[in-house]
Amino acid sequence: MKEKYAENHAVATGTYTAVWLALLLLLAGTIALAKLRLLAQFSVLGSLLIASAKAGLVLAFFMHLKYEGRFLKVMLTVAIAALTVLIGLTFVDVWLR
Amino acid sequence: MDTGHIDKMGKKMGMWFFLFTEILFFGGMFLLYSIYRFKYSQDFHSGAAEENIILGTINTVILLTSSLTIALSIAAVKKGKNVPSSLLQLATIFMGVAFLVIKYFEWTAKINLGIYPDSPVLLKLAKGEIIFFGLYYVMTGLHGLHVLIGVVVISFMLYFTRRETINRENYARLENTGLYWHFVDIVWIYLYPLFYLIT
Repeated sequence: MKEKYAENHAVATGTYTAVWLALLLLLAGTIALAKLRLLAQFSVLGSLLIASAKAGLVLAFFMHLKYEGRFLKVMLTVAIAALTVLIGLTFVDVWLR
Repeated sequence: MDTGHIDKMGKKMGMWFFLFTEILFFGGMFLLYSIYRFKYSQDFHSGAAEENIILGTINTVILLTSSLTIALSIAAVKKGKNVPSSLLQLATIFMGVAFLVIKYFEWTAKINLGIYPDSPVLLKLAKGEIIFFGLYYVMTGLHGLHVLIGVVVISFMLYFTRRETINRENYARLENTGLYWHFVDIVWIYLYPLFYLIT
């Protein structure tokens, strides 16, 4: 198992460039969504979903998470889940007050 | 491979733990943003209309591109190519500085309009708008501070890479710097739609 963690996984330059292009496309998408008032009611949700897709790409490829062992992935999931619960519960409290 | 005594995973894990604290640090402010946005959605709407979308978008492109260059610089070091790696780190530093310069002009433009914390102009605005600009200054300010710290740290990495104390066997410092820089990029990925686009 230890070997697997220490593995020096090299990501190809082409992969990084493709991820960067995808990020720019998503950026164009989020601007289009906001400016053209597509799906106006869902614009907040839409922007946040696109932002999360961008964050996911950065995490998976640039931050190498795709190639890491399960441990880091679980840790990150716990951290994000904690933040989601924190924001979610506070939000429900304010909403229903 | 005789790198058994270098605990790469341990070093990386330490960095990730630090990033988890950073997630909660920025998370607290995102929490404030979402609640006040919910309470004062109309004021946030008009506040966001004041933002300069073009500058915000240019800065987004700059940060996304700088994430690419730092990732490529790590890939280069892993192949033992220190010179290309140094150049890519230098490019990353330049983009970090460019981001801050643009941010400076953005803030200056706003301050010239009289919009800054506790200013007479700002205090006459609606309550939600005061909160919007307060959050704008705090969140982009703390993010900018992170960019500044990143620029300084990458400058050190550039020095180590030039001296080859960072090399194909020993690059954990550079890799962790990359993780930090990408994290700062992710924070901006969320700040951008929340302050510039959602109008």
